[in-house]
Amino acid sequence: MDRRAFLTVTAAGATTLAFPHVLRAQSKEPLRIGCPLPLTGPFGALAADMQRGAQVAQDQLNARGGILGRKVEVLFRDDALKPAVGAQRTKELIENEKVQFVVGGLAAHVQMAINEQTKKSNVLFISTSQSDEISAKPDTSPITFHEALNPTITCRAVGGWVAQNLGKKWWIVYADYAWGKQCNAVFQETLKKQGGTLLGSTPYPLGSAEFSAHLPRIQSARPEVLVSVTPGADNVAFLKQVTSFGMRRDIKIAQPLHWLPQAKEGGPEIYQDIYAGINFYWELAETVPQVKRYVDAFQKKHGIPPGDYSCYSYSGVLEVARGCELAKSTDAMKVADALRKNPTYDHYKGKQWWRACDNKSFQDLWIVKGRGPGQTKGDWGLLEVVARVPGSEEQDRTCAEKGHA
Amino acid sequence: MPDASALAAQVFTGLVIGGILVLLAIGLSLIFGLMTVVNFAHGSFYMLGAYFGVFLLGLTGNFWLSLVLTPLMVGTIGVLVERFLIRRLYGRSIDDPLLLTFALSLVMVETVRLVWGRIGLALDPPRVLAGAADLGFMYFPVYRLFVIAVTAAVLVGLWLFLHRTSVGLIIRAGSRDALMTRALGVDLGRIWLLVFAIGTGIAGLAGILAGPMRGVYAEMGVTIVIECFVVVVVGGMGSLLGAVLSGLLIGQVVGLTTFFAPKLAEIAVFIVMAVVLLVRPSGLFGEAGLME
Repeated sequence: MDRRAFLTVTAAGATTLAFPHVLRAQSKEPLRIGCPLPLTGPFGALAADMQRGAQVAQDQLNARGGILGRKVEVLFRDDALKPAVGAQRTKELIENEKVQFVVGGLAAHVQMAINEQTKKSNVLFISTSQSDEISAKPDTSPITFHEALNPTITCRAVGGWVAQNLGKKWWIVYADYAWGKQCNAVFQETLKKQGGTLLGSTPYPLGSAEFSAHLPRIQSARPEVLVSVTPGADNVAFLKQVTSFGMRRDIKIAQPLHWLPQAKEGGPEIYQDIYAGINFYWELAETVPQVKRYVDAFQKKHGIPPGDYSCYSYSGVLEVARGCELAKSTDAMKVADALRKNPTYDHYKGKQWWRACDNKSFQDLWIVKGRGPGQTKGDWGLLEVVARVPGSEEQDRTCAEKGHA
Repeated sequence: MPDASALAAQVFTGLVIGGILVLLAIGLSLIFGLMTVVNFAHGSFYMLGAYFGVFLLGLTGNFWLSLVLTPLMVGTIGVLVERFLIRRLYGRSIDDPLLLTFALSLVMVETVRLVWGRIGLALDPPRVLAGAADLGFMYFPVYRLFVIAVTAAVLVGLWLFLHRTSVGLIIRAGSRDALMTRALGVDLGRIWLLVFAIGTGIAGLAGILAGPMRGVYAEMGVTIVIECFVVVVVGGMGSLLGAVLSGLLIGQVVGLTTFFAPKLAEIAVFIVMAVVLLVRPSGLFGEAGLME
């Protein structure tokens, strides 16, 4: 035995003695969690962020002995932003890879297809996509949970704030798919309640990179606020084109959400003074200890701060673990019941809770705006927190409105 | 009813959308007209142009130099593809090169993802071209005016090349009757190589031109190649004039549908194609019998 081999063996032996639970975790069959995400295509940057978040959760769980003594493996698959592919990958994860839980989904329409598969196979699904339907009848189920914010909560909060602070004459441009359409509807309803005027609302196909054909009409309508519901890579292209058409002089821009990876890609010149909602921003670490814990762990593993959507997959995986530990089982219904009976949790930003009727997670959100050139802090200090909107069940539709008796 | 200046602005905007389509469609049409190869990888050459643009801009820091070098680099890749892959399939049915280039487009997208990552890149226009110009009826990005100018210059250059040079004469002769041209002692293999290089080179140019407007990402060629096929089919397979006019037409169709009925913007171009094919099965300027 040479010196190197000797060191390896002794180090392994010492680890085993020091951390017996690690060895125990590895001696059983691993517990697999499937994570379908649109890793390629216009949502690629956000999906990569979510993948990183789930990896941090996996590492933390395994470091403390896994779930019920079983090592945790999160398996990622590319759903290519297509519902059919998402369904197929989920089916393969369940049937071939034997995953017992699914945490993931980013695009609302794909997430619905994932949910159909998990329901069929009796697998507990924690959705990390913004969607109104996922927690409402007829699509939801007792084993479908929704960790992310949804269009109703987000756009009521953001829309109300925008109407009161930026102006009440709006034009909305929205991606013509589930999330975009839901946001458009909620924004319109919110504007009406605030007594504002809708000058126009135009859909575009998701994944588009050319928005110029929309812009002359908006220019001539002269709205006070242009509401941009343009997710993923579309967001950068849209804002770039709006800026290059010289429209930023007279028109303020608001969006349902900011995404840190997108703000980074577009840069402060494009994102300056654009207002949006967000579920998490890493600079909250200065005041919220839970945020600091998550940011430090993420930063240590990946070398960059976490983006907003990474938290959903991080928290989702940790909720699978909490549910299994509470239920002392990996049975989907038992875990679901355990989570409903113990609804409160706090993994990365403060208290969150599951509403029993629809398995919807309630949580704080924030209004942020983009910092301009010269105002950014380091590479990732791109946003500024403007207001906090505390989590409340009143933000969402009621249980009855969502079809739950 | 929208006012006239908004409509004028809309038509102007459609010109740029059409311009990029024209640049792609003329290459596609040229290659098909002469070689009867349906180049499914054309969108990938466009995407490659945008990525080479980012690469060269990072290397040299000079947008103008990148703008000149990018088409040359993409054209060189085109030369390699024709010489070592497509050439082996001449004389076979039209489907074989189609399948080959389709597979090639998948390979190119995956390779770019491996090299440059799955996340899009930014390509900034030079300072002189940033900002918007006041056209009286609207603010219009200076960069887009530049794209219109480059497109026009390329079209004029290509026309002069095809109609005022002896190589251009051979290309036109070869696309009309390859067998006869060969019988006159012309080495058409070299001409095909050249045409494939020019076609893919112009696609690369379209890519670097589009990058600053639309961003640079691996899938950028996937949807646009479909629109370009529509342009070529509407214009008439193999007809350059047809490709140019139909590209501008489709640009206006996209622009004006977005204006009047945004819900229909995505399918409007296909409706136009269907109507044209019903009335003129070989396209607006196409010759009958080319596909047989």
